[in-house]
Amino acid sequence: MPTFLMCPPDYYGIEYEINPWMDCRRPADTALAKKQWRALYDQLTTKLGATVELLMPVKGLPDLIFTANAGLVAGTKFIRSNFRFPQRRREIPVFETWFKERGYRILPLPPAACFEGEGDALPVGQTFFAGYRTRSDIQSHQTIGEILGCEVLSLELADPRFYHLDTCFCPLDDRTALYFPDAFDAYGRKVIETSVPEPIPVAPEDALRFGCNAIVVGTGVVLHAGCDELNRDLRRRGFTVHELDLSEFHKAGGSAKCLVLRLN
Amino acid sequence: MPSETVELSGHIIDSLTLPKVLDEVMNYGGTFEIIEIAIGHRREDPSRARVRVSAPSQETLDTVLSRIKQLGAVPVVEEEAALVPADMDGAFPENFYCTTNLQTFVRVQDRWLEVARPEMDCGILVNPDLKRAATIPIHLVKKGDCIVVGHQGIRVTPLERSPERNVFEFMASSVSSEKPKGIVIREVSAQIRAAKKEGGRVMVVAGPAVVHTGAGTHLEQLIESGWVDVLFAGNALAVHDIEQALYGTSLGIYLEKGIPAKEGHEHHMRAINTIRRAGGIRPAVERGILKSGIMAACVRKSIEFVLAGSIRDDGPLPEVVTDMVMAQDALRKVLPGVSICVMIATMLHSIAAGNVLPASVKLVCVDINPAVVTKLTDRGSFQAIGLVTDVEPFLRELWMNLSS
Repeated sequence: MPTFLMCPPDYYGIEYEINPWMDCRRPADTALAKKQWRALYDQLTTKLGATVELLMPVKGLPDLIFTANAGLVAGTKFIRSNFRFPQRRREIPVFETWFKERGYRILPLPPAACFEGEGDALPVGQTFFAGYRTRSDIQSHQTIGEILGCEVLSLELADPRFYHLDTCFCPLDDRTALYFPDAFDAYGRKVIETSVPEPIPVAPEDALRFGCNAIVVGTGVVLHAGCDELNRDLRRRGFTVHELDLSEFHKAGGSAKCLVLRLN
Repeated sequence: MPSETVELSGHIIDSLTLPKVLDEVMNYGGTFEIIEIAIGHRREDPSRARVRVSAPSQETLDTVLSRIKQLGAVPVVEEEAALVPADMDGAFPENFYCTTNLQTFVRVQDRWLEVARPEMDCGILVNPDLKRAATIPIHLVKKGDCIVVGHQGIRVTPLERSPERNVFEFMASSVSSEKPKGIVIREVSAQIRAAKKEGGRVMVVAGPAVVHTGAGTHLEQLIESGWVDVLFAGNALAVHDIEQALYGTSLGIYLEKGIPAKEGHEHHMRAINTIRRAGGIRPAVERGILKSGIMAACVRKSIEFVLAGSIRDDGPLPEVVTDMVMAQDALRKVLPGVSICVMIATMLHSIAAGNVLPASVKLVCVDINPAVVTKLTDRGSFQAIGLVTDVEPFLRELWMNLSS
């Protein structure tokens, strides 16, 4: 069973704009956000049997809840993110302390190369798929490949709305992954279609509802409610779909997957 | 053409990053050359490629580089050239970079500057603004000039081989009198036509044998018909050409009859005297004293000519430059735009022209003596093709080819 890292949304809010979804004039409803986050926590732990470890929220770091961007965990190694935006760079010491205290070896990347953790690097079988251009730089990919000892296939993200790979690509198991074709260019689509044995294209309306930003626990898939076509497709393929309202987090450009970091 | 070497590494093959970078270089108006590629053996092994990216302008290159940098193609950190101010006039600093006649680039302030006027055995002068570089002959060095020293930060481009087989390829192997001359002369004519069509200039370097062998009229016709733009010769060619124009003899021999003229040995001195009294070749033509011949054609057609003297010269004629350093500089001044040079029956003037011409200029060396071509190539003008033949049939056939 997987173990995830999550951070409660005590200080969550829209305090700056660093992606096309964020709009300071459209603030988050903190009470509702807390309720939605709690529902996700319960879904993962009580209903799906996953373990969730918690990171203490910090005032002034509204995006700390998006733990997927903390870095990438490989065994006892923690590849620490280099955030593109200064607003999020302030999260680095918080994540670093948490991992250090738990005995992880912190592996920083060359400072010139941006990398935003699991948000931009996801494995299908033995191969990592890694997004770049909007938040991460391709230059970080080779170092990640060396640390993990595996192939890293770089995918340029072509649509600023899908600014992290986990907003448009979601591995379901060792052979299958969801992807939103329009978020990639022709090269990226070809790489996915040739390197993922069973790629599942997601329709634009479901992709825009963050359908690809799903959490997979065994055959269970947790995603935002209302991705009807995707929901049907997943069920037809034998997955169990768990729909949740995560709309408050969409205001910051994130959904289910952004709220968790896989620790094992 | 401005260029930069970039390096890409990682899983650039399976992720299609390499083909994508190459496609983007083309999409943005650049060209590329893969200099080196190392493909990982196992799936998890990274691959690495070094690519030279070129573009028609620095601006386009910057756009291309900025785009492919996002794709992970980062410029290779290149060594800067070492620049030292000249510590005296007329000499390079110690350890100066000695040029070849090939296209050369020098790395200054993170940019590859193309060295203007490629010429062998010079130094490289970088302008005070650090944005331009050019070759500089040793005698023109002034104290304080910024001169390139050592070999770092220098890139020399080898001559490209033409994809089409032509005479400059198959003839370049060796010098022999047993080559099919008709084919070679036809090819030389085609190259002259092509050079003119592309806006290039044709230079002829000619020795007095052109006149002695009776080929002067062929060269005169080539000049009159606009096939020659620059003439480089010595005192002797001009003297015997003018002797022939004024007396019908060359070295006292009637060219039409092949027999000596009475007191013919004086003709060349009398010719020199006539021209000196007129104030030079040009005034002699303008005043109607000199009406025919190679030199008269040059004046009529406003062809640039440089006459460089030697110690055995009679006279010399007033236009002859007798200071050899000044003669070299005069020659350098008429070179811009020259793209093909035909050297006929003169060893020293051919070698002198070969010394100052860039390797990109095609050289055709015609002499009855194979040693002349060998000497020319041995002195660094490796792009020369040789044709061992008497010059009269060569010029006659060249004229026939070009006038048909």
